[in-house]
Amino acid sequence: MIEIADKDHQLLARLADGLPLVSRPYAEMGAELGLSEDDVIARLRHLVDSGIIRRFGLIVRHHELGYRANAMSVWDVPDDEVDALGADLAAYPFVTLCYRRRRQPPRWPYNLFAMVHGKERAHVLSQIAQLNEQLGLEHLRHHVLFSTKRYKQSAARFGDRGLAKAG
Amino acid sequence: MTEKHPLDEIDRRIINGLQGGFPICSSPYAAVAHDMGLAEDDLLRRLQRLRTDGLLSRFGPMYHAEKLGGALTLAAISVPEDRYDAVAEQVNAHAEVAHNYAREHQLNMWFVLATEQLSRIDEVIAEIEAETGLKVYNMPKKEEFFIGLRFEA
Repeated sequence: MIEIADKDHQLLARLADGLPLVSRPYAEMGAELGLSEDDVIARLRHLVDSGIIRRFGLIVRHHELGYRANAMSVWDVPDDEVDALGADLAAYPFVTLCYRRRRQPPRWPYNLFAMVHGKERAHVLSQIAQLNEQLGLEHLRHHVLFSTKRYKQSAARFGDRGLAKAG
Repeated sequence: MTEKHPLDEIDRRIINGLQGGFPICSSPYAAVAHDMGLAEDDLLRRLQRLRTDGLLSRFGPMYHAEKLGGALTLAAISVPEDRYDAVAEQVNAHAEVAHNYAREHQLNMWFVLATEQLSRIDEVIAEIEAETGLKVYNMPKKEEFFIGLRFEA
């Protein structure tokens, strides 16, 4: 774990609401937090360089962009094969996320998860079929879970501790 | 409700171009606008409109939660259909719940928990189980192969 300063926590908390859409957004955030623009920029660069912020950019609401076919594709893969397979899956451009996760047997035997987001269900299913065929996964226990409704999409809030301290 | 504006070519370039990164400098919107051959105020107006229309969530960071001592997990519940909306409300009332999706499976509610401390994950799960009377299946990440998560407009 990397320890960061209270001011960094406050910056992260403020950023969870999004960067202001004004010409000098870092100056505006700094004014709210009692920091200079240069200080905000230096701190953010440090947070990116140290890998705490892994990506800083535009976050879209994919559902509103037409990505309504959201499939979580899961496989029960032998433990000694899962690393190689995860890397293979991740190389497909239409796989948007890929993780190995803990099984919860007997209810949930699957340990390899890949998300495929698309505009049409049939197309997503054909992409998943392509994965199964090209990577030779047909013999594995497998399931595709489409999402049917989104109940929440918000930012994970990791910076609030600093805000609470400062408040 | 106002009509949503159809996306034009410039909107698409903005959405596709800025998901991967955004400059950290004094006038970042001006820098991006310059690269795209736009005026800064045109870019800001478009971003404002795209946000109002609900296509953009925000400019912001994707964190490496674990490096901050925090934790993320994916969890699921098998919710009886007639209680679904009520349980969704109970689950979403926890600030630690970042995403929550209904999915087609016997485990039909899937949500992401994000906490500042690893120990909070088990606490929040215990709270949700106590409030709903339903078992929460916790499926934490063991390994990450890819987190690209970008969408073409």
